[in-house]
Amino acid sequence: MSGCNDKGKRGAFAAIWATLEDRDDFSRIGGGPLPGIAFNGASATDVRFAESMKSSRIVITGVGLTAPNGNSLAEFRRNLLDGVAGVERMEIRYMGPQLAGVCHYDPLKYQKKKEVRVGTRAGSISIYCAREALADSGVNWDAVPKDRVGIYIGCTEHGNVETENEIYNVSKFNYDTKFWSHYHNPRTVANNPAGEASLNLGVTGPTYTIGAACAAGNLGLIHATQMLRLGEVDFAICGGVSESIHTFGIFAGFKSQNALATHEDPKKASRPFDKARNGIVISEGGCLYTLERLEDAQARGAKIYAEIAGYHVNSDASDYVLPNPTRQAECVRAAVKRAGLEPKDIHIVNTHATATPLGDIQECEAIRAVFGEGCPDTHINNTKSYIGHCMGAAGALELAGNLPSFEDLTVHPTINVDELDPQCALPGLVLNQPRKVAKVDAILNNSFGMLGINSTLIVKRFVS
Amino acid sequence: MTKDECKKVVLDIIADIAPDEDLSNVKPDVRLRDQLQLDSMDFLDIVMELRKRYGIEVPEKDYMQLATLDSSAEYLTPKFNALPTKP
Repeated sequence: MSGCNDKGKRGAFAAIWATLEDRDDFSRIGGGPLPGIAFNGASATDVRFAESMKSSRIVITGVGLTAPNGNSLAEFRRNLLDGVAGVERMEIRYMGPQLAGVCHYDPLKYQKKKEVRVGTRAGSISIYCAREALADSGVNWDAVPKDRVGIYIGCTEHGNVETENEIYNVSKFNYDTKFWSHYHNPRTVANNPAGEASLNLGVTGPTYTIGAACAAGNLGLIHATQMLRLGEVDFAICGGVSESIHTFGIFAGFKSQNALATHEDPKKASRPFDKARNGIVISEGGCLYTLERLEDAQARGAKIYAEIAGYHVNSDASDYVLPNPTRQAECVRAAVKRAGLEPKDIHIVNTHATATPLGDIQECEAIRAVFGEGCPDTHINNTKSYIGHCMGAAGALELAGNLPSFEDLTVHPTINVDELDPQCALPGLVLNQPRKVAKVDAILNNSFGMLGINSTLIVKRFVS
Repeated sequence: MTKDECKKVVLDIIADIAPDEDLSNVKPDVRLRDQLQLDSMDFLDIVMELRKRYGIEVPEKDYMQLATLDSSAEYLTPKFNALPTKP
């Protein structure tokens, strides 16, 4: 490494990368400057980049969310422990009443009426969650250089809602396209949710969405972690959002696929692992986190919820909609390995299970392959049983629901399991009642999506 | 339709597209964008709402006619009065 000093900063950067890759595990690299690196003649930006490489420990310092059963982490958590679901009937265009997870946050808390009118629901949810996360983080936002902030928001889809609305609108004018809104394009571009948040917050760093179907919420956090480690930004707002209940197409699509949940009691409709489960409850929602490098968080005395321990993302390459348990298990194993852990070290597994008959069994197969034996302290739950499937927000929201377990040592259950499907009978499954546990040091969050995108994110208790 | 009635029609549209604005003291001879938070997309909204609600077309070359309430009334009142059915 000492020879790098003579090679100029390009060589030094290469040396850093070589060092990181040698470790094969970014998360285990601790704080403190890397030895033997000097940046002769480096610009201020180069120095900042070098400084940013001092630590690759990334921590969660703020949470902002809206879920069908809560508009803050405290309310959400309370309802998860009290078994309070948030599914209701909602009128869906062309289809009549359908079961949906609807959020009831106040958009005008952070937006003007005109911003709500001009923008999208996904944009509004993003702004609400971002502002709530910033407030929760305690950061002095006015003092944060906005060009060093990144916003990374996972979305299952974007643009369906506005496109359907405009087609409905012009249908009232004999399909004359001169009545098509000039807002259609800014509303439907894929970066809309992150873009609206950047406008609202004045963030001038990189802001965009990440399309990863229902794995997207995890991907938002993972990408933010990478960007912080790369030194591209110093502060990240990241997670996932969903406006999916406002597009009839998603309801109709799942119905045509025989994958849309029905139940006479909306709050019992989302029932992963239950023998009588019959499909997905579609929901909207959002959850955005503030992520920072550890030393930055510590320098400002931030509250630290958890540390990013490891992650993995892979693809099935096998089917448009059917999950692939082999690839899912590979994803989970890789994430555990990259976290420097073994399966038995994972104390909570939040499953992706959406309550489709086949999908739940396949995920259970994958989880059984990894955690089936020798993991007596691994507890398995599911959050969709309360809030339905929040699509692009699911991964981020479900992680948030579990974060307080580091403090209260309680695992919220998966509810609505009246008769456990034997094929879903995993050891450690927490059913219907919260479980007090001896320790929670690592939480693993699965989120999988159509076209076979799998994501696993592991967070661990922060230890200084 | 009188010019005062026409101003009310325009103000009703502005109330919908700029719902945060206080419209109780809009000066009729001052440019709308100088006294209200209105941008070019909002002006396109005014044009769109005139089209949707009343079937009135404002070609791009005439957009400047909508600069103030007075000029809007001057320009739009004859168009309203030429409609086959009065709004």
